[in-house]
Amino acid sequence: MIRRIPTLLLPFFAAALLGSTPAIAQDAKTKAAAAAPAPAAAPAAAPAPAGDVNRFNRLLKPANQRNLPPTQDGIHDPTGEGTSALMPPLSAFESLPRSNAGNRVNWVKALEDKAINPRWDRLDPNAAPVVMDLNIVREVKGSMPDVVYPHKQHTMWLDCSNCHPAIFIPQKGANQISMAAILLGQKCGVCHGKVAFPVSECRICHSKKKDGPIARSASSQQ
Amino acid sequence: MKQFPWATSVRRGLAALFFAVMAVALWAPIDSRAEYGDVVINNYADAAGMRPAIFPHWFHRIRFRCKVCHADLGFQFKAGGNEITMLKIIDGQFCGACHNGEIAWSVENCDLCHSGKPNTPTQVHESTIQKLAIPVGGKK
Repeated sequence: MIRRIPTLLLPFFAAALLGSTPAIAQDAKTKAAAAAPAPAAAPAAAPAPAGDVNRFNRLLKPANQRNLPPTQDGIHDPTGEGTSALMPPLSAFESLPRSNAGNRVNWVKALEDKAINPRWDRLDPNAAPVVMDLNIVREVKGSMPDVVYPHKQHTMWLDCSNCHPAIFIPQKGANQISMAAILLGQKCGVCHGKVAFPVSECRICHSKKKDGPIARSASSQQ
Repeated sequence: MKQFPWATSVRRGLAALFFAVMAVALWAPIDSRAEYGDVVINNYADAAGMRPAIFPHWFHRIRFRCKVCHADLGFQFKAGGNEITMLKIIDGQFCGACHNGEIAWSVENCDLCHSGKPNTPTQVHESTIQKLAIPVGGKK
């Protein structure tokens, strides 16, 4: 019996080493007869053979395919002399707060929590931005909550001239914004959907409950 | 050992399982996509026989805020919209404002920027518009 225990633990060691539950699960299914403990892991994650059209979330990138190192990321040339010298993104992201979209880093929180300290000036490490704390509420058509645009988080990263007046005319009611325009990379879409969080994160912007029959209580959020 | 006649076959099975797990883990699909916000710049590179340049936004935004490049250095918010050439970089414009051997490594490290797969079109990688509208060179 004593000899049996380490043998039975082997699959778990393998699982811990690889940290890849889908692969384990997939394998456990095919080799279920071989080991008693392995099938327990099978229901935990969906098996993902590449050719399976009925695979769960077929078009989504599985967790183990995010933030890949340059040699595997699909646009870098793995045969390039410099590619292997480049920093793998995950090594930088480990200490940063995570989010659910984009490259899965909550950049605003990272800056607020001082997890990163990017320079405001190319040469002066002590230069600080002039942060403007002004929320703009945009009432939207339809049943979505109204949009609250916070200048604060934006002026921590950007200069006024980045957005005004070329992208947004600094005047109330002068800017026609639609989700279609944003999806096409205009207005908010100049950054959101490219380097800032994409439109899939509806409620980060659409965050102010409407007054009226839809809203359960008067909006408290500003 | 005699009381467990099935021990050998179990061990053999486990070894097979282990190797199969390794095989599946190492056979990671390589055709996946790069980091959100990576910009491929291929205005002139392919024609000049160089790999396209790749700008990793994530790496730079850890070190500099958007304003430094997009306001002070004059980078437009558009992939490939800046007409960057090596001449301008060596002259201290665009990337050359920092990549001059003082703030960051200088231009002789060709392969660190020119690291893209040949013929990759200019793009903001993984951007919404790329996913919705523009097929990426037909290979995905």
